Amino acid sequence: MTTVLEAINHGLRQCLATSEDVYLLGEDVLDPYGGAFKASRGLSSAFPQRVITTPISEPGFIGVAVGMALRGLRPVVEIMFGDFITLGADQLINHASKMRWMSADEVRVPLVLRTPMGGRRGYGPTHSQSLEKHFLGTPGLRVVAPNPWFSPEQLLINAVLYDDDPVLFIEHKILYSTPVWAAEAGEYKCSLTGGLYPAARIRIAGAPQPALTITAYGYASCLAAEAMRHLAYEHELFAEVIAPTRLSPAATELLMNSASATGAVITVEEAPGEFGWGSEMITALQLAGLRGLRQQRVAAQAMPVPSSGPLEAAVLPQVDDIVAAALETV
Amino acid sequence: MGTLAEDYFRMLRIRRFEETVLDSFSRGIFFGTTHTYLGQEAIAVGVLDHCQESDVVMSNHRCHGHFLAYGGSMRALAAEMMGKSTGVCQGRGGSQHLKWKNFYSSGILGGTLPLAVGMAFVQRERGQGMVFAFLGDGALGQGVVYESLNMASLWNLPLLFIVENNLYAQSTPIRLNLAGEIPARFEAFGIPARTVSGSDLDQVRTTAGELQAGIRETSHPAALICSTYRFGPHSKGDDLRDRDEIAAFRQRDPLKLIEAQLDSGPRVQIETDVEQEVAAAFKQAEADPLAQPDELTPPLEMRP
Repeated sequence: MTTVLEAINHGLRQCLATSEDVYLLGEDVLDPYGGAFKASRGLSSAFPQRVITTPISEPGFIGVAVGMALRGLRPVVEIMFGDFITLGADQLINHASKMRWMSADEVRVPLVLRTPMGGRRGYGPTHSQSLEKHFLGTPGLRVVAPNPWFSPEQLLINAVLYDDDPVLFIEHKILYSTPVWAAEAGEYKCSLTGGLYPAARIRIAGAPQPALTITAYGYASCLAAEAMRHLAYEHELFAEVIAPTRLSPAATELLMNSASATGAVITVEEAPGEFGWGSEMITALQLAGLRGLRQQRVAAQAMPVPSSGPLEAAVLPQVDDIVAAALETV
Repeated sequence: MGTLAEDYFRMLRIRRFEETVLDSFSRGIFFGTTHTYLGQEAIAVGVLDHCQESDVVMSNHRCHGHFLAYGGSMRALAAEMMGKSTGVCQGRGGSQHLKWKNFYSSGILGGTLPLAVGMAFVQRERGQGMVFAFLGDGALGQGVVYESLNMASLWNLPLLFIVENNLYAQSTPIRLNLAGEIPARFEAFGIPARTVSGSDLDQVRTTAGELQAGIRETSHPAALICSTYRFGPHSKGDDLRDRDEIAAFRQRDPLKLIEAQLDSGPRVQIETDVEQEVAAAFKQAEADPLAQPDELTPPLEMRP
């Protein structure tokens, strides 16, 4: 059994081994510490010249990585907590995502910025957020989120080695200890689209045709799958989960496909729902002219993420919320 | 290094280009705004005299002088401002967003410095050249500047910071926005700083030459602080500075200092040549086709 954290660590190692242009930058990434969440453990020992520990200067070292990418390297940046991405927003929005286009394709910015987002660990308001929504829809920036359904290792390799544009790579903290899904595990059946950033369709093995689509990315896709199980076993309501890995620009083909068949969609996300990812998914389905579509949005309450267990659980969306929304929708 | 006549020619090209830009705005031939380099010409010319083929230049919003001194095309720069498809960046960037060869500029003050640090990192890794990074006194208000100084020094990167201290951050005089002394801000990070008069081409060139030679040898950054003054407004017409102050600084016009040393024969010839070059560049740029929407490409490679 491999966890998502191990898969990411393997992916980074493979990128460093494959290309001498790959450099890792971030706070506390050197061994023996190996990064706050240990994603870079062992890498500075294996590649001492290309794993660089930085000062606590997010705007600075994100900008350094942009400069490296402009001159031909393929830097990977780790931001210790996703909450700190606000500090680097200028570098991502005004520099990384614009340089290629402003120069009329004269340069490329093959940069990957990895960062853990999300709550459920009691870290409180400034270490638990899901801030990726603020970067969705930024022209020139791809936003990608791994999940257990498609190899996080391969997803990261695709972003680092095969994507010449900047990628914001969002890793939910709870995924780190989550096992990568394996077909032989039995209960779920999963099929994938192609490309660098595949979307997954997950069903319960042997279940009848679904009457409901639940779409979610990252760790929320695990909650969605759990809700799908409850619905099947406790309510005999059959659903399927659509889990994209590319959030922006939006990849909606599989979702369209599923929603046209089921006629009912629930979006699940860990950020507050207003002006969020789910809104965009529902809009895309509406604009595509799906008739009679029923929809629900499950998201966090519009407030900061509290530290105390019961408060945090009340603010963030839970499996029960998805189940309740499903029963209302179908 | 240039003769007196060449120096005068190179500085006058920038001067006359920028004056023509300001004079032409009322004709409605440009999109957006601009930030001219009038009065600061000796800095770009004196510093970039030392720029080699493999070096990188990171410029800022006030980039025309740097671009022309780097060897950029007058016509392409004028065309860029006019939104023409023959512009430096095909009309996408306008006055302050240029990319040509190893020359980059951007309209985000200070935000360009970490990019320069990253570029210098690559230069060092490849054992190839250095980076010249221009910033103004106004950009010294940005925190990311100090993050950049720290990393450049910590990692021993071949980078020359050129501070063009023209005493104003847009309309705000330096006494209202800057504490302490500028060199001390660099020295605090272990970056040696030298201060020169930005009006004195020889002084700029000589000091920049010593600094860049040291940087190439030791791969450690340095800073050149140039005291200067812009004769034009911050952008187009937003100038509320004291007229006497402007007149006093015009006494130390870097061009006049050179002009005085030239015989009138070669001087007039240079002036005629520059006049013709600027006129031809603007004429050609004006005749060039406007950028067309169908020339726009997506900002990301389309992928499944």
